[in-house]
Amino acid sequence: MLEKMIFGRYVPGNSFVHRLDPRSKLLFVFLFIVAVFLANNTATYALLLAFTLLVISIARIRLYFLFNGLKPILFLIIFTLLMHFIFTKEGALLIDWKFLKIYEEGVRQGIYISIRFLVLVLMTTILTLTTSPISITDGMETLLNPLKRFKLPVHELALMMSISLRFIPTLMDETDKILKAQLARGSDLTSGTVKERIRAVVPLLVPLFVSAFKRAEDLAIAMEVRGYRGGEGRTRYRQLDWQWRDTVVIILFLVLVVALFWLRGGN
Amino acid sequence: MDISLQQVGYSYAKGTPFEKRALYEVNASIRTGSYTAIIGHTGSGKSTLLLHLNGLLKPTEGVVRVGDVSITADTKAKELKKIRRHVGIVFQFPEHQLFEETVEKDIMFGPLNFGIPEEEARQRAHELIRLLGLPEDVAQKSPFDLSGGQMRRVAIAGVLAFKPSVLILDEPTAGLDPRGRKEIMELFTKLHKEEGLTTILVTHSMEDAARYADQVLVMHEGRSVMAGAPEEVFGDAERLKAFRLGLPRSVAFQHKVEKLFGKRFGTLALTEEQLAKTIAEALKEEGER
Ligand SMILES: Nc1ncnc2c1ncn2[C@@H]1O[C@H](COP(=O)(O)OP(=O)(O)O)[C@@H](O)[C@H]1O
Ligand SMILES: [Mg+2]
Repeated sequence: MLEKMIFGRYVPGNSFVHRLDPRSKLLFVFLFIVAVFLANNTATYALLLAFTLLVISIARIRLYFLFNGLKPILFLIIFTLLMHFIFTKEGALLIDWKFLKIYEEGVRQGIYISIRFLVLVLMTTILTLTTSPISITDGMETLLNPLKRFKLPVHELALMMSISLRFIPTLMDETDKILKAQLARGSDLTSGTVKERIRAVVPLLVPLFVSAFKRAEDLAIAMEVRGYRGGEGRTRYRQLDWQWRDTVVIILFLVLVVALFWLRGGN
Repeated sequence: MDISLQQVGYSYAKGTPFEKRALYEVNASIRTGSYTAIIGHTGSGKSTLLLHLNGLLKPTEGVVRVGDVSITADTKAKELKKIRRHVGIVFQFPEHQLFEETVEKDIMFGPLNFGIPEEEARQRAHELIRLLGLPEDVAQKSPFDLSGGQMRRVAIAGVLAFKPSVLILDEPTAGLDPRGRKEIMELFTKLHKEEGLTTILVTHSMEDAARYADQVLVMHEGRSVMAGAPEEVFGDAERLKAFRLGLPRSVAFQHKVEKLFGKRFGTLALTEEQLAKTIAEALKEEGER
């Protein structure tokens, strides 16, 4: 039932984007998130959108699949768009129909913010869709390594992240199973008053927590038994490998930033 | 309630790259009051099939008929809830669904959801605690304080509590000790016989399928490949082997004895008791000659 949701999932593949080093991808996405805030006019927002679509096509992800999987988030974006249409009252009046007054500035702001939100979600989704959770954490750990000097527990954070990523699908499966079991006992999450619906979540959450704690305990014991002692002196099975493509990605990013500055409206 | 499946197909995550076909053109018919065993290798689609029988999954192709309701790909959710009132399902490791503060409350969860009055539900819960051989004082305990076997019994009680007319069991004895296993299987047989409960059992135990069922359905790679009385299905060792299934121990032993005697016995020994009788008769015949 939750199987259509793709936010945070990984689909193996062999595209240019799939084969990139996780470090270049992480770096790129992080810098891209910052760069998105440079956009301030139609040209720059159009550029961001076009660039994102280009990345999607290079990663060979089907648009239908992407948007179908992000439906809940798209609803949120459309909601934001409508809020702006209705509540921003600046610029020329475009539509005046009974209570509804839509102004030019509202439409503009709404579209800008929606595009910003959309490209951020799409980029991060492309990152997780094309990079295995292990690669993401490996890349993260290496990138954050310099911060060890400031007593940041980098290895432990990376471990926590990889464990959480590892257990997301497991918890989803578990939720699905428990949901089915309670539905079979006549529980109903889709009808009734808000209060009834909230109460209907309890039979779902309690077993889920019980099993999550049990799993955590089992995992801790299994790690201890196999002699896990933290990051000190630990070697890696998979070595990260920076290649020409990764340098291309960074150059591409610089080109994007230059273009954004060039197209940006002055203020 | 008669149940029938016609050309039922199902794919998980249809329309995504994760699409996974689990059922192909499955046909089956389960009569009211029958005891059907579904056997098949792991991943052959048994659990997926069960989920169709009480509307937790809708077929992507074909029709599932439960009583007078037909379920197809476009059946509405409301229709499905009606079916669940009559078709109870005990999932694999059902103890994972317990959540209430007390055992009594947990057993009452189903009945209350289906609109059974509270007093009646409570009374039913206490009856079931007794029927399942749990100690009386368990009613006010937390289900999480019980042993694994006791939790399993409470979970089963939670399904029996709303008196379904069809009971679906997905490997109900997996992970239990031999004695608990036998007790629970005997209980289901008793309910089947005394209350006419239509029973559908998914099991890895050929012995259980042979002993308890009056109809056996074999699943293989998402297809229904054999169906019939246990004598028929277990009489065809060659085909079962092709589906990576073995014979009940008593039948396998009978084959060995037949080899020794150099002749075939008339009936197939589906249980140890039957096997003993068959051999005794054969020996007697031998002695007379
Ligand atoms: N929630 C699910 N999502 C995707 N595939 C599934 C899911 N559940 C089962 N499957 C797949 O469907 C097939 C049949 O599984 P299942 O019905 O559980 O078989 P069985 O109960 O006979 O072991 C298997 O290949 C399994 O991997
Ligand atoms: Mg199964």
